[in-house]
Amino acid sequence: MPLDDRYQLAFKLYPYEHSSDQDATTPVRHPVVVVGGGPIGVATALDLGLQGIPVVLLDDHEGVGQGSRAICFAKRTLEIAHRYGCAQPMLDKGVVWNLGKVFHDDRQVYEFNLLPEEGHHFPAFINLQQPYFERFLVERVREAQAAGAPIELRGKNRLDSVDVHDDHVVLDVSTPDGPYRIEADWLIGCDGASSPLRKMMGLDFEGRVFEDNFLIADITMKADFPTERWFWFEPHFKSGDSALLHKQPDGVWRIDFQLGWDIDRKEELKEENIRRRLDAMLGPDVDYELVWTSIYTFQCRRMKKFRHGRVIFAGDAAHQVSPFGARGANSGIQDVDNLGWKLGLVLNGTAPECLLDSYDVERRHGADENILNSSRSTDFITPKSKISHVFRNAVLDLAQYHTFARPLVNSGRLSVPCIYDDLPLNTCDALPGGPARTRPGAPCPDAPLGQGFLLDHLGGDFVLLGVGCVVPEQFEVEGMTLRGLSVTANTEINDRYLGDATQAVYLIRPDQHVAARWHAFDENLVWVALARSIGKD
Amino acid sequence: MALNTSPNIPDPDGFYAELLEAHGGLSDDDSIALNARLILILANHIGDRAVLSEALAVAATGETR
Ligand SMILES: Cc1cc2nc3c(=O)[nH]c(=O)nc-3n(C[C@H](O)[C@H](O)[C@H](O)COP(=O)(O)OP(=O)(O)OC[C@H]3O[C@@H](n4cnc5c(N)ncnc54)[C@H](O)[C@@H]3O)c2cc1C
Repeated sequence: MPLDDRYQLAFKLYPYEHSSDQDATTPVRHPVVVVGGGPIGVATALDLGLQGIPVVLLDDHEGVGQGSRAICFAKRTLEIAHRYGCAQPMLDKGVVWNLGKVFHDDRQVYEFNLLPEEGHHFPAFINLQQPYFERFLVERVREAQAAGAPIELRGKNRLDSVDVHDDHVVLDVSTPDGPYRIEADWLIGCDGASSPLRKMMGLDFEGRVFEDNFLIADITMKADFPTERWFWFEPHFKSGDSALLHKQPDGVWRIDFQLGWDIDRKEELKEENIRRRLDAMLGPDVDYELVWTSIYTFQCRRMKKFRHGRVIFAGDAAHQVSPFGARGANSGIQDVDNLGWKLGLVLNGTAPECLLDSYDVERRHGADENILNSSRSTDFITPKSKISHVFRNAVLDLAQYHTFARPLVNSGRLSVPCIYDDLPLNTCDALPGGPARTRPGAPCPDAPLGQGFLLDHLGGDFVLLGVGCVVPEQFEVEGMTLRGLSVTANTEINDRYLGDATQAVYLIRPDQHVAARWHAFDENLVWVALARSIGKD
Repeated sequence: MALNTSPNIPDPDGFYAELLEAHGGLSDDDSIALNARLILILANHIGDRAVLSEALAVAATGETR
């Protein structure tokens, strides 16, 4: 198969370079190879590289694809990007929004304000074109490389086949200079929704396919719409069964029209037909230019297992959701957050290999939650039977006048990180009166601390956090140095970490999830909990 | 609280007549829509998830338990 581009590039970020691996007589072995240079693959390479783990990333293109698929990036994603050192450019470029309006036909049903909780470094959401998001990740990789991080991005390197063994994987790769072979102790599959790797391995990808087409039009216009999210059910302008208007940076607006199932794709993608829909929506006097248009369909499905021996899947390759709720890239970044430290500890011999099974269990749990939420949104937005249509419209009719019906309106439940409730790495909650939101398995909520924020001090490695009490600054357990952080509670820390307790000790994982919590420091209990959370139990 | 499936509506004939009156003159589609709104209003008033689940199960079989 020729090595042609399957899509146009927005940014050429990793042009092809000949690697000495291509001239080696016996295939060179690498600790970790990542296949796929989308947001999830690049973030994986960054996470591992920043830990000092040599990682080679292969992508069959030389940069980021044209066209913004994802536009909404959630707080948790920004917090993780902050840990990697690249959240600031995202925040600077991104558009922050809080107000949403919901319309049915020609009436406004209601409006909502995300009302973000005070005392967090990052907003609930930013809107940012996916190519920028990916570019900022790659720029951070370049910076890390300059500082010595052992990351290699290989553009125009297409994975063509794999031979999976118990303790390594052999990869055949195509390049403009011809094919070559390398080996990997671990292979991370981040090659997207139609994952060639998944197919090479003959693995399943099961779930629900939704019979609907959505037209995306990214446009620039002079008209001054407010920075709000507007969602129409059965819009009066008849440009689709539903429509969404959302602001992006650079004066670009995302408009989404639901077209139904039996459509003529080619016909619908003609500029005059797209303009007809847009004109009906925006009115005759609005001047605009088309930046990018596309039609997409979607699926809600996942692989049965994300780990297959030495091959581990992440991002869209492992799971796919409908776009309602912005749970695609956002959940993929949580995969990386979860996998990075575990693979790091296994590779440096601190943790047993079975720790990686907890990646599988925890992220399948996350994927199921995302699939559940996004399927429910889809069922509300695109009712599939007469009676579901009747109930949907009954909800919308009531919501205009009765607040009780508003929580039932579902135009997408926006991505929040999942809580690993009752999963094997957690130690039972031992903080009587502690807030539910920081129970074991939960991601740590941010809070102000000194001149900065609490999350600035957590993550990357295990941290023992003493709230309103003192914990040792550092001590050795399980061959690791556990870092201690003692803070005095302020209002936000109090609310989020103490609740009705007077003091607390938290064991926090490198991905900023709570592993265990107690009322007081007990070295022995910490030791047991830490062992459990690195799979030694 | 469990789902109450014993007689609980005072003036059952009056209520039944009022229910039918609400549908008087409506097309089938409008009637279906009214029923949907009514179900949502009543469900919200009940509010108890367990009771709602029980009611759905009872309604689905048409049998009382
Ligand atoms: C319309 C739409 C709107 C969306 N909106 C949002 C949103 O608002 N928020 C959100 O979080 N998510 C959203 N998503 C989802 C988001 O775009 C995806 O979840 C995200 O791109 C997944 O990233 P990934 O790295 O897993 O896969 P991809 O981005 O698909 O990257 C896979 C990479 O692997 C490469 N590759 C493939 N095969 C090979 C091979 N054989 N060898 C080497 N490389 C290979 C590809 O070229 C590509 O670079 C949206 C999606 C769509 C379609």
